Amino acid sequence: MKNHFTGAAVLALIAGAVAADTADKRIALSNNYAGNSWRQAMLSTFQETADQAVADGIVAAADAYTTSENQPTEQAAQIQNMILQGYDAIVLNAASPTALNGAVKEACDAGLVVVSFDGIVTEPCAWRIAVDFAAMGKEEIDYLATRLPDGGNLLEIRGLAGVFVDDEISKGIHAGVAEHDKFDIVGSVHGDWAQDVAQKAVAGILPSLPEVVGVATQGGDGYGVAQAFAAAGRDTPLIVLGNRQDELKWWAEQRDANGYETLSLSIAPGVASLAFWVSQQILDGKEVPKDLTVPFLKITQADLDATLASTPEGSVANTVYTLEDAQAVIEAAE
Amino acid sequence: MNRYRILLPVVSLAVLLGLTFWMQPRAMSYFGVNLLFNLAVPIALATVAQMFIIMVNDIDLSIGAFVSLAACVTATWLNDAPLIGLLAMAALILAYAGMGAVIHALELPAIVVTLGMSFVWGGLALFLLPTPGGAAPEWLRAIMKVKPPLVPMAVVAALLIAGVTHLLVIRAGLGTVLRGVGGNPRALTRAGWNVMQLKALAYAGAGLFGVLAGMALVGLTTAADANIALRYTLLSIAGVILGGGEFTGGKVSPVGAVIGALTLTLAASFLSFMRLSPDWQIGAQGAILILVLTARLIFARRGETT
Repeated sequence: MKNHFTGAAVLALIAGAVAADTADKRIALSNNYAGNSWRQAMLSTFQETADQAVADGIVAAADAYTTSENQPTEQAAQIQNMILQGYDAIVLNAASPTALNGAVKEACDAGLVVVSFDGIVTEPCAWRIAVDFAAMGKEEIDYLATRLPDGGNLLEIRGLAGVFVDDEISKGIHAGVAEHDKFDIVGSVHGDWAQDVAQKAVAGILPSLPEVVGVATQGGDGYGVAQAFAAAGRDTPLIVLGNRQDELKWWAEQRDANGYETLSLSIAPGVASLAFWVSQQILDGKEVPKDLTVPFLKITQADLDATLASTPEGSVANTVYTLEDAQAVIEAAE
Repeated sequence: MNRYRILLPVVSLAVLLGLTFWMQPRAMSYFGVNLLFNLAVPIALATVAQMFIIMVNDIDLSIGAFVSLAACVTATWLNDAPLIGLLAMAALILAYAGMGAVIHALELPAIVVTLGMSFVWGGLALFLLPTPGGAAPEWLRAIMKVKPPLVPMAVVAALLIAGVTHLLVIRAGLGTVLRGVGGNPRALTRAGWNVMQLKALAYAGAGLFGVLAGMALVGLTTAADANIALRYTLLSIAGVILGGGEFTGGKVSPVGAVIGALTLTLAASFLSFMRLSPDWQIGAQGAILILVLTARLIFARRGETT
């Protein structure tokens, strides 16, 4: 009887090794906010990936939790509850980079794997999947340089003042302009990542500007910029867009009307699925560096129709990361 | 009536605790109880701070921002230059006392003054720590992580806070006089007390416990954020009322306030264990509050008729 039992256990072990060593592991998503289209897309992507992984027997459970209020103290309590609920890993989009450190340390000490993404935490025991926003800003200028070899005047649309992301993207844009010295930033306004704010701000500054050949945006503001230029009766410049559905739709319309060509780039909310797979890899015993970088989601002229078709109205272009994507990101960081 | 006043918070906490243990047996351990309640320690301190204000018939809408500021001071000055940090804390407590004196002298509504001051505290906190960060002093971290034998830190701290404030507010003579400020300030004036000084003292008490709340919070989180404790304003008011306090008449219970804070913290965890959608959680928290208050009203009515 005992032999029989051991045999079964060994068999189960072998089977487990083939499927995944994480079949009995449970992963939780700790999220601090669900009030915009990006976060909604993030939550649904996580759920989709997690449900499939559970169905495939890769993990035992993967549940998403969102705090009822966007406060670090609430989220710290949520993380401590997850320790009590016996999860093996926490995938975390944090309300504060520092105020959750105590709770994250408790989780690490209790043997949990903590992977933070988007809103990352500074506690050294956690993994971070960060976004290189400066590189994103620089890439916009690099693209403009390939399209406009003669250079010219640029308009910069910034995000919400005082937010770290806005500073980083702007730094990248200015670094790009320093490198491609044929460009000149002749104006800079805050569009707050919102179409209506951007439209008003651009309409206000346009009369004072010379001819503008290109616009570097931060996402969420491109459509408003285009509207402001049209309302002022100016030629539409080359606007680098930010993956919002209304921006893509406008781009497709312009392309059909006059062959408009541009580039769109931003962070996909599907980064939650990347974080999920990274945590699964760590649970699986893989050596994973503590700091990883998320690739941007870039949309070129060729993918426009396909992306627009798959993006719900009012939402953001998204991509679901797979296990292979996660492995590639881990390898790139090593 | 007085016996019911403290009985009800105790019963609500016990019922909620029982349900939580039943749903999540893992929580029924030294480690589990500490995880459930350690974040309640700063909330309990903030609730006691709020109690000092409600005791003198006022209400403090700035305590959340104040605790955030104290947390920022703890994570920056108190860590880098302890002396300056201590002086800053003392200045904060003095500022609170001054706020109480001004509210009394100019007969301003406390609700307006404290709401205004909340922006001052918030601004100072942002000035001190424009981006989240800082570090908790080692000794503070050690205190909040201490593992006493048999009973976890969170429970010891709750007992300590309840015990000390009970002695201060209920047993000590000065505490009785302070409660009198809420009960009948005119009588106190006739008896020769300076009500402005007393009110300043009550506010200083609130400032002291607010500062302690900020320190305890940073000891737990290891770093601060200018918005770290904004939730505490409403939590602390709810905690005082849940614990048997009343908005008027100087009727407060320090032990009840601490229990109220623990109950509110536990309610949030309980709802999370129930896997209730976050859209419903705030509503459910409110429902628990209304339930307890209804029970209190029923007991109070019965107390009057018999």
